[in-house]
Amino acid sequence: MTSPDDLSRRGMLMKLGLLFNGAIGAVLAVPILRYLLSPVIRQRNAGYQSWLALGQLDQFPAGQTRLTTYRHPSANPSDGETANIPCWVRNVDDKTFQVFAINCAHLGCPVRWFPQSGLFMCPCHGGAYYEDGSRASGPPERGLFEYHYKIEHGKLLIQPGEMPTAGAPTARLINISLGRPPCA
Amino acid sequence: MRLIKNVGVWFDQRLQLSTPIRETMEHPVPRRTASWAYVFGSAALTVFGLQVVTGILLALLYVPSAGEAWNSLQILNHQVTLGWFIRALHGWGSNFMIAIVLIHMVQVFLFGAYKFPRELTWIVGVLLLLMTLGMAFTGQVLRFDQDAYWGLGIGASISSRVPVLGPRIVSLLLGGPIIGGATLSRFFALHVFVIPGSLIAFVGLHLLLVLKLGINEWPMPGRIVRRATYVSEYHELTRTDGIPFVPGAVAKDLFFSGFILLSIAVCAVYFGPFGPSGQPDPTIIQTAPRPDYFFLWLYAVLSLLPPSLETPALLIGPVIALAVLLALPFVSGEGEKSWTRRPIAVLTILLLAVALGTFTHLADYAPWSPVMDAWSGEPIPAQYLKGRTALERHGALVFQAKQCHNCHALGGAGGDRGPELDRIAVELTPDQLIRQVIQGGGNMPAYGKNLSPAETTALVAFLETLHPAGQAPAREASSAARFGVRP
Repeated sequence: MTSPDDLSRRGMLMKLGLLFNGAIGAVLAVPILRYLLSPVIRQRNAGYQSWLALGQLDQFPAGQTRLTTYRHPSANPSDGETANIPCWVRNVDDKTFQVFAINCAHLGCPVRWFPQSGLFMCPCHGGAYYEDGSRASGPPERGLFEYHYKIEHGKLLIQPGEMPTAGAPTARLINISLGRPPCA
Repeated sequence: MRLIKNVGVWFDQRLQLSTPIRETMEHPVPRRTASWAYVFGSAALTVFGLQVVTGILLALLYVPSAGEAWNSLQILNHQVTLGWFIRALHGWGSNFMIAIVLIHMVQVFLFGAYKFPRELTWIVGVLLLLMTLGMAFTGQVLRFDQDAYWGLGIGASISSRVPVLGPRIVSLLLGGPIIGGATLSRFFALHVFVIPGSLIAFVGLHLLLVLKLGINEWPMPGRIVRRATYVSEYHELTRTDGIPFVPGAVAKDLFFSGFILLSIAVCAVYFGPFGPSGQPDPTIIQTAPRPDYFFLWLYAVLSLLPPSLETPALLIGPVIALAVLLALPFVSGEGEKSWTRRPIAVLTILLLAVALGTFTHLADYAPWSPVMDAWSGEPIPAQYLKGRTALERHGALVFQAKQCHNCHALGGAGGDRGPELDRIAVELTPDQLIRQVIQGGGNMPAYGKNLSPAETTALVAFLETLHPAGQAPAREASSAARFGVRP
């Protein structure tokens, strides 16, 4: 039989032991969580938001929309081909450009440009966009995602940023048309 | 013989497991549960075992790196002795596992096995279903091809719609700003360590609960479950009309499990491994990503929902479905077990089966997607061109060149996104046709900017010829009356 004294001392020691382990656990949890959440809490203005050249301007003739690709600045060797990102460059009038993300604004499938009908079409769920990236028909609720761009020394530069999804900070909203045609 | 017995005794003196194992094996189960209806749980366990073994075998050679994974799958398929067979076993095993888990769930639901006192067994089972689907999705990602790459993009796009937290969830999912090496590595960790570890723990819990609470008796119409009396009634049943689990009930389980393993092996040999399809190179945009068959229904739902309902349905739908599944044993924990007295339960299953089947079937030919090469690959049927004027033929040319064929079928070929046009002249007047082409609407883009007046005139002249022989094209009634022309 154990005396009440004995019991309380043992109980006290066990509680202290639990507390000790709990405290160590809490201390360890901080670096573990920071490691796990590193893709979220890293600095937003990381290197991949700096300007990156897509190519010389003469690669993109006026009035045309062309596919081009760039190597994402965040790429490391284990990324392989997945870091080669395509995008559509539209040269409006040699002064104004539009650089569209390849990802459909609906669920991210790769949109294709059809110059004959002047439409971007998505193979997944049938989204379609006009040549200026605004929504034409189908499930997308908005126009194509557009990169910020600038022209320097005869080159077209963009800010690659993150893969555009509806909520991503780098996905700039372009003129949304809710099913209304731009003219007609 | 004596030596084997002595070795057995030596181990048992130390482990002391022979008595509990024998008691477990010989525990009485209701006689009627020795039925072909009760074999799906054990079959799911068997297939899970196959997945663990074949998964470990694949991990010997698979390289979980975005730059190497696709090549290592090619090597498994073509260079390693019987690598294709192990991949095929694992792929077909996953398909069978999902099917068997779903059948098991339907059987448990229809037999009322989730009712008191087996509520927790059902809840653990629902969690096991979620983990199985998680294994299916992460496994599809590890087959790192075009479908996997764009499937990840779809997963990220869905996650990004979560209010406030969306972009952070996407970053956590992808492990970086784009789909790449970090993404594949974390899906590898999920598929190989996190989810299987939880699966093993929860399968153990599931089995423990089945042993502690006994196998659900065969439901008899009129035999009502009541919390106060059920446990004693069940023990009375197993005492008076029970048989030992081994060998009484296990024989059918063994045969069915063996049959399923054989079926998986036959499918693996006959159909071979799944993919991989094209390289996971996002610059190859000539692709039409499709999910594996168990997510095809979701692909259809995402295409058919009105845009405004999509985000709420995607974010709230799964929460409601999960809540309903988890609440089920608490809402109807007592009462009738027999499906013959539970018409709503039977109708629910039928409705779900028909809905899932229909969506899966629709997703198989995806009528909502434009046929991207119909404009260059599908000619206009010859009978629509014979004896036509130059203007009408020029219209047919416009029809092809402007990719109308990608969304509109003619003579059964072409896209199904818009209506078939074989009798469009009967349905729309020339004015309505011009308006529809130029302004679009009703899910059709406006072509006003991309068609010259001459092209529009030619196109509408061609469309005006598309009517069944002997049926006149539509004419506007008001103008016909005004000009005194007979319609």
